[in-house]
Amino acid sequence: MDTTTIAFDPALCAACDTVDCLMKCQHIFFSDIDEARQEKQKINEGRESRVLHECLTCYACQEYCPNGNNPFFLLVERQEQLGLLPAPRPIIAEQLKMMAPKGRIAKTAVSPPVVNMCAFPMLTGSIRGRLFEGASVISGTDIFCNIMWLHFAKNSVIRERVPMAIDNIMSFFLKDSNIDELVCFHDECYGAYTTLAKAYGIDVPFRPVHLFEYINRRLDDMADAIKPINQVIAYQRPCSNRLVPETDAVLDEIFKKIGAIRAPRKYDRQNALCCGGVPRAHQRDEYADELLEKNIQDMLDIKAVYCVFNCPFCMATMGQEVAERGLMPILVSDLVLAALGE
Amino acid sequence: MSNLAQRLREIVGDAFVSFEPEELYLYSMDQGTMPPAAPDAVVMPKTTEEVAKIAQLANELKVPLVPMGGGLVLSGLTRALKGGIIVDMKRMDRIVEVNPASRYTVVEAGVTQGKLKAYLAKHHPELKHSMPDAPPAATIAGNICIHGSGHLSVLAGFHSDMLTGMEVVLPTGEIIRTGSCSVSPQWFAKAPLPDLSGLFLGWSGTTGIITRLGIRLFPNYRFNDVLVYVCEKAELMPKIISMLTSTQVAEDMTPWMVPKPEWAKGFFHINVAFGAHSKKELIFKRNLLQESVRQITDTKAAGFLPIPPVQKERFMKIPSPDLARFADARKGGGFEYVGAIMAIERFAEAYNAGIEIAEKHRVTYSLGARIIGAGHAMMFFFAYAFNRADKEDVRRAAQALEDTNRACLDMGGIPWKAEMPAQKEILKRMDPGAAALMDRLRDLLDPNRIMNPGNWEA
Repeated sequence: MDTTTIAFDPALCAACDTVDCLMKCQHIFFSDIDEARQEKQKINEGRESRVLHECLTCYACQEYCPNGNNPFFLLVERQEQLGLLPAPRPIIAEQLKMMAPKGRIAKTAVSPPVVNMCAFPMLTGSIRGRLFEGASVISGTDIFCNIMWLHFAKNSVIRERVPMAIDNIMSFFLKDSNIDELVCFHDECYGAYTTLAKAYGIDVPFRPVHLFEYINRRLDDMADAIKPINQVIAYQRPCSNRLVPETDAVLDEIFKKIGAIRAPRKYDRQNALCCGGVPRAHQRDEYADELLEKNIQDMLDIKAVYCVFNCPFCMATMGQEVAERGLMPILVSDLVLAALGE
Repeated sequence: MSNLAQRLREIVGDAFVSFEPEELYLYSMDQGTMPPAAPDAVVMPKTTEEVAKIAQLANELKVPLVPMGGGLVLSGLTRALKGGIIVDMKRMDRIVEVNPASRYTVVEAGVTQGKLKAYLAKHHPELKHSMPDAPPAATIAGNICIHGSGHLSVLAGFHSDMLTGMEVVLPTGEIIRTGSCSVSPQWFAKAPLPDLSGLFLGWSGTTGIITRLGIRLFPNYRFNDVLVYVCEKAELMPKIISMLTSTQVAEDMTPWMVPKPEWAKGFFHINVAFGAHSKKELIFKRNLLQESVRQITDTKAAGFLPIPPVQKERFMKIPSPDLARFADARKGGGFEYVGAIMAIERFAEAYNAGIEIAEKHRVTYSLGARIIGAGHAMMFFFAYAFNRADKEDVRRAAQALEDTNRACLDMGGIPWKAEMPAQKEILKRMDPGAAALMDRLRDLLDPNRIMNPGNWEA
């Protein structure tokens, strides 16, 4: 497969009536649809556009596109081609080194379910109880999904490192254990091995399973153990879930099964707000503060008791502030474990 | 010696004098590279009067006296180079007074950084003092004597700048006071009197024994934050430091450049710590700091690391555990550094010299600095870890330290708390008039030259 281009159809884009990718953007504003269309055209043609400078890299346009035409992946491609870095060079360079594969990986026999904790080994404690009975956990920068580089105009790194991570997952864990399913704890990994891999022409030799799909299945098996939470929750939908929006409905099923009430709020679903972590890397702290305030106030307005995360980075970014404002920050998996009495 | 032993016991009691070889061995060295030099005795006074009697006795018998606080100076300043008595001040550990209205405290010379921090946290949580990145067992007096610096040094300069007065026992046994406490019952400032404190600061215990001192205290903020700015070029650092300090909202700024972990190698970080009474004020200060370097940030040449709140904790620990962790990098408990007090514009030169020396001597290194005042100077440190049990390792570290001292002086810097060989280098380059005056002052204060002999001697 061609791994040097993004799957993108300019004709399809040019024929778009809505330009939803830009018109629905929560962070960049256009005087009218014609202006949005012009800016989009510039991006498509590889010319400089203010969008390339102002983009918060929240992934939302990827979801807004009615044609599944990968507008966000293309935007990142253009940022890199034009050298328009959204963050300072040393911030990107240092993180590139920090998250690089270290070669600290050894062949290990695993048994299903194999749960991929990606670069969050510190959250391995969440894989416990009957919910994850018998699970093998794998983690580390050698199997890091590398999708984060979408925030830093580094498609080239994605192209270089994602196939390496996939190869490591196969050759060090799955292949010898004759396993072809990988449960992705984080939306980023699932998004990387499904939507992104397809758009970038990267082969994925295993079947990625979203955490929600896995949990939803397990809850059917454990239905009699569920003690409903019966509390209002606010869900912090992460940017990477924009790549796999179909999984949001699965999450609804999970919440329903455990009695977590996902009350409607302004900044959920397609209107979900960025946690603020990436804007801070882009040196936009004041804007991040604004997003955080709007988001938490919205959670408080619906009288949520829990602020539920699936993204560990969102939780690290928002957790302290959320807790100080009286909400309990918790991961989806931990909320489910709580409903199971574990 | 038996006469000395008997008379010391009469002054401080049997339990607080030792001539035992195993105890003298412990007092013969610190964690640095300087060779051991054992004293003939160790004495632990409890009061200023006892210190005065010890000084009178030593002066009468012409026995050297070496004052010692926590013994953590690393450059061997509390070794008894010519034998004699080490006066260990640890028993004089009373916090005499805290004045919240004028924000100062009066402490005895054996009060440790940890003790004062804990005391203030318990009894005066609205106040804090400037902690150095030394172990909590380091003493306040020891650190001030060496012109130390710490977590409030951007706000208020060297720790010696925070001094408000002292009680000192002279080598001849007289007890004197400097600063406001020499006139008033209160210890609020050194001004407006002739500043006699300078006779005892930076002298490495060669002019007297400090028994009590007053230091400034500062507001202890409820909300605290740290920013970490990072760039790729050493040459940019003076400009960045100048811009950040110009806001005058930071309490502490500490650049750091380390070879490990691998991701940090080659990058220049600067931690900027600040505090506030409210979250709103904290964000206001953060914005001021960020705005101060916006001109550089916008070029993408440098930026603030996006650190989630939960991960900031490690950068906000006081004292910082990072240097202590590095200190044991080679195992075997050996650690020493050259801290050069120097002009900030020499940052790149200092960094390049540090890298060159570390590579030449194949030593494990960590480079960094602490900014003093609103960008008025810096203490640039070249830290080397070594295994004390490995003679070759110690030799390499000692050579690296010697080269570093020389390089600092060549750059116009001055080695801080200089060990004896570095003191000689400094004296060689010192204005002859100043060096002669130092000598005359010592003759005047210490006619028998009993105070920490071997130090500050050409």
